[in-house]
Amino acid sequence: MNLVGNSLLSVVTFLPAVVAIFMCFLNSEAKQNARWIALWTTLFTFALSLLIWINFDPNNPDFQFVEERAWLGPIKYKMGVDGISMLFVVLTAFLMPLCILASWESIEDRVKEYMIAFLVLETLMIGVFCALDLVLFYVFFEAGLIPMFIIIGVWGGGRRVYASFKFFLYTLLGSVLMLLAMLAMYWQAGTTDIPTLLRTDFPVGMQWWLWLAFFASFAVKMPMWPVHTWLPDAHVEAPTAGSVILAGILLKMGGYGFLRFSLPMFPVASVDFAPLVFVLSVVAIVYTSLVALAQEDVKKLIAYSSVAHMGFVTMGIFTFSQQGLDGAIFQMISHGFVSAALFLCVGVVYDRIHTREISAYGGLVNRMPIYAFCFMIFTMANVGLPGTSGFVGEFLTLLAAFKANTWVAFFATTGVILSAAYALYLYRRMIYGALEKPKLKAIADMTPREIVVMAPLVILTILFGFYPAPILDVTAKSVNKLVERHDAAVKKARADGATRVVISPTTAPTR
Amino acid sequence: MSALAVYAPMLPELILAIGAMALLMFGVFRPETQDEASRIMWLAIAVLLAAGFAVLQGASTVRLFDGAFIVDPFGRFMKIVVLIGAAGALVLSFDEMAERKALKFEYPVLVLLAATGMMMMVSANDLISLYLGLELQSLALYVVAAFRRDSTRSSEAGLKYFVLGALSSGMLLYGASLLYGFAGSTSFEAIAAAARAQGAGRDLLLIFGLVFLLVGVAFKISAVPFHMWTPDVYEGAPTPVTAFFASAPKVAAMALFIRVVVSVFSGIQPQWQQIVVFLAIASMLLGAFAAIRQTNIKRLMAYSSIANMGYALVGLAAGTVEGVQGVLIYMAIYVVMTLGAFAVILAMRRDGAAIEDISELAGLSKTNLPMAFAMAMFMFSMAGIPPLAGFFAKLYVFMAAIKAELYTLAVIGVLASVVGSYYYLRIVKLMFFDDARAPFEPTLPKERAVQWVAMVLVIAFVLPIISSPLVEAAAAAARTLF
Repeated sequence: MNLVGNSLLSVVTFLPAVVAIFMCFLNSEAKQNARWIALWTTLFTFALSLLIWINFDPNNPDFQFVEERAWLGPIKYKMGVDGISMLFVVLTAFLMPLCILASWESIEDRVKEYMIAFLVLETLMIGVFCALDLVLFYVFFEAGLIPMFIIIGVWGGGRRVYASFKFFLYTLLGSVLMLLAMLAMYWQAGTTDIPTLLRTDFPVGMQWWLWLAFFASFAVKMPMWPVHTWLPDAHVEAPTAGSVILAGILLKMGGYGFLRFSLPMFPVASVDFAPLVFVLSVVAIVYTSLVALAQEDVKKLIAYSSVAHMGFVTMGIFTFSQQGLDGAIFQMISHGFVSAALFLCVGVVYDRIHTREISAYGGLVNRMPIYAFCFMIFTMANVGLPGTSGFVGEFLTLLAAFKANTWVAFFATTGVILSAAYALYLYRRMIYGALEKPKLKAIADMTPREIVVMAPLVILTILFGFYPAPILDVTAKSVNKLVERHDAAVKKARADGATRVVISPTTAPTR
Repeated sequence: MSALAVYAPMLPELILAIGAMALLMFGVFRPETQDEASRIMWLAIAVLLAAGFAVLQGASTVRLFDGAFIVDPFGRFMKIVVLIGAAGALVLSFDEMAERKALKFEYPVLVLLAATGMMMMVSANDLISLYLGLELQSLALYVVAAFRRDSTRSSEAGLKYFVLGALSSGMLLYGASLLYGFAGSTSFEAIAAAARAQGAGRDLLLIFGLVFLLVGVAFKISAVPFHMWTPDVYEGAPTPVTAFFASAPKVAAMALFIRVVVSVFSGIQPQWQQIVVFLAIASMLLGAFAAIRQTNIKRLMAYSSIANMGYALVGLAAGTVEGVQGVLIYMAIYVVMTLGAFAVILAMRRDGAAIEDISELAGLSKTNLPMAFAMAMFMFSMAGIPPLAGFFAKLYVFMAAIKAELYTLAVIGVLASVVGSYYYLRIVKLMFFDDARAPFEPTLPKERAVQWVAMVLVIAFVLPIISSPLVEAAAAAARTLF
């Protein structure tokens, strides 16, 4: 807390964008320069984000590193993180250098523009998790659409135009309703300051509408069944790094939104709508797992598995319990690097063979042992094997769900079995068997660059599988505060409702 | 001297009117060459700037000519926007006309006269001065639309505009006569006082007067269902003229609209509110859906401007200080975005011929990245995507609509904006995702200047250094009407 002092969050957030502006003046032919500048910027940003983690006080459930500046009259520029959001900032900054490295050789066309798009995207994503003002949050949340639209549309695969439009319009449709809800909250509470709004009790009738409007946005972003259909298209057509960002960070914005807005600000509506969320989550877990089983395209399979895993997250969040919320956050962080790693694995073979058809592969273990090892770790993590990070989140959310509603837990657990089925089936078809395809005969194992990308992900997957404390310690206090406040708010609202019910019978007999 | 000093508040209008007439004389008595015409062009821009400078002097509210002419902060704000729009359009026209050796001194003179009319409209506080301003502006615009007289399309556009415009003026005049019959006076204050009386909302004379007056004004801002002339006139008129049509006149007509409903008909707000809500919804929906199938970029911009007027009317429908503030911010940002987009459209030129086909933008990012980027920013901004200026424009109008509890209007509005974003995205898709066509001719310096200035403003609006002066000025201006 010195030089950068109170504006550490702003520095972390805007550093990539500032570099991106300077990169505009770079010679377009200097591709290597663009790559190195982007890599160093993202690495430096990651180092700064670690500074946030180091200086973060896990015993303080409130917002830290808060900074506030004048912006648009009553709308302030206010940034800050708590235990719920801080790890997402670090996760974003962590995945970014990997994305740049993963695109090192696979992107040859318009390299400078590509790097600029990613740096701008990084600023906007970190901003989403730091924003402590509704309008500021919305600006970051929505602005991310522009670079992502460009990334999918310019550097994507065959159906990139369709996928980019679908991604953009779906997400926009959900978000505009949220904007109206935010404006309604502004007029109700007289401020767009998130910490103040967290302490505001909205009338129950209003909560329902606000909850639905926010749900429209976050459910699309999450994505929840049945509004998930943009995701397989966007994932499949995006370049590898784009898929990594989509799966690793953008999907987490939905879950983060539920935790930051829906639960604490509309507690009664959240409880009232919890059955709906449970049903949608269970359908997502079971249905998309089954769909994943039938996929012939690797990326599509992983995309559907993402939807299923996000089902665990929504299920955990709407149990309103410490385990459920801890588990949901852990699941999001873990899925952040496991799904990212899986897409990177696909990218490795895609760069060599240029196809995503599962049937085009087989017997890769014979030529690519290191690759097979990495892929194995991430497949196991995706299944939720104990000892990998994927287990902790799934276990905690299932535990919480079991307490809340046994049937929900029952159906969700079948999803775990199904996920083992599709993940192992995929692994068998791609890695095992005889190496028969002529194209694969000369395939080379991972290059040092690819190993550098994979190594930290492998380490984290196993580390957090055995020792989840670094993550759970950070989230515990903030989650605890959220749960307590939520329970109190619900109890108060129910009590108010109860008194109303009590009054009416006493007045009734007079008639 | 003291007698003359009375007229000081209308100095901007005097500068414009005298400037227009002086330049007319100058043009008539000088040889008809490109150099002379170019000099007059520059002088006209200087006159607009001088008028703008004169507008900025003074801060109070002054009435002239027995209250027929009002100078207030609201008017000043709108006049500045009008003058920026007119000056920007003139700068844009310059290159294009010089390139084709088609500079004519009549053009800047007509623009100045139209600007004089617009200033009158903004300051009108009486039915007579309203009509004077409106007709001075309209007549100049009819001629400008048909300015390329050897082109059938241009002449057709001028004729269409004239016939339909005359019809709308007729309706407006009829409405004005009914209002005179109702209030016994043409003064806005007298009509407002009469309309505030008990039971005025049920007076048929007042209601019919209101409806006809609003029809006339809705015509000028091309709100649905009075928009039919817009696509044809936009397409037919020479492109620099279209850029002018899309900017300044819309602002002036919107200023007139605001002043009439907010200060004259404040007593019968429920009555005019439903009309404005209908106009807003119809404009937003038609603008969003009809633009999807367009292949001509000028027609597309026509539907886009129809939709934009719909969004501006969302703020007006609220009928509150916040609403008017929202409309003012919206119009200022709209002018910047429109001028920027037209600066790109004007630069679409190949072999000396203007290109208007949208599909010719394909692959522009490969042949001219700065221009493609600027256009993409204007398109995203018009689609209302943050952090660009267009988002904040929509934010303020919807904020007002939510406060006034016009929930249905707001929901329809944002949903229409999602539909509308489709066709803006289509242009981005063409420029960035598709294969390159033959490059356009190099962009001319003044066009590039307008592109860049507009782009920087659209992107940097998120910074308080740009946005807060505008937001505060708009708030101060809006407050004077209530």
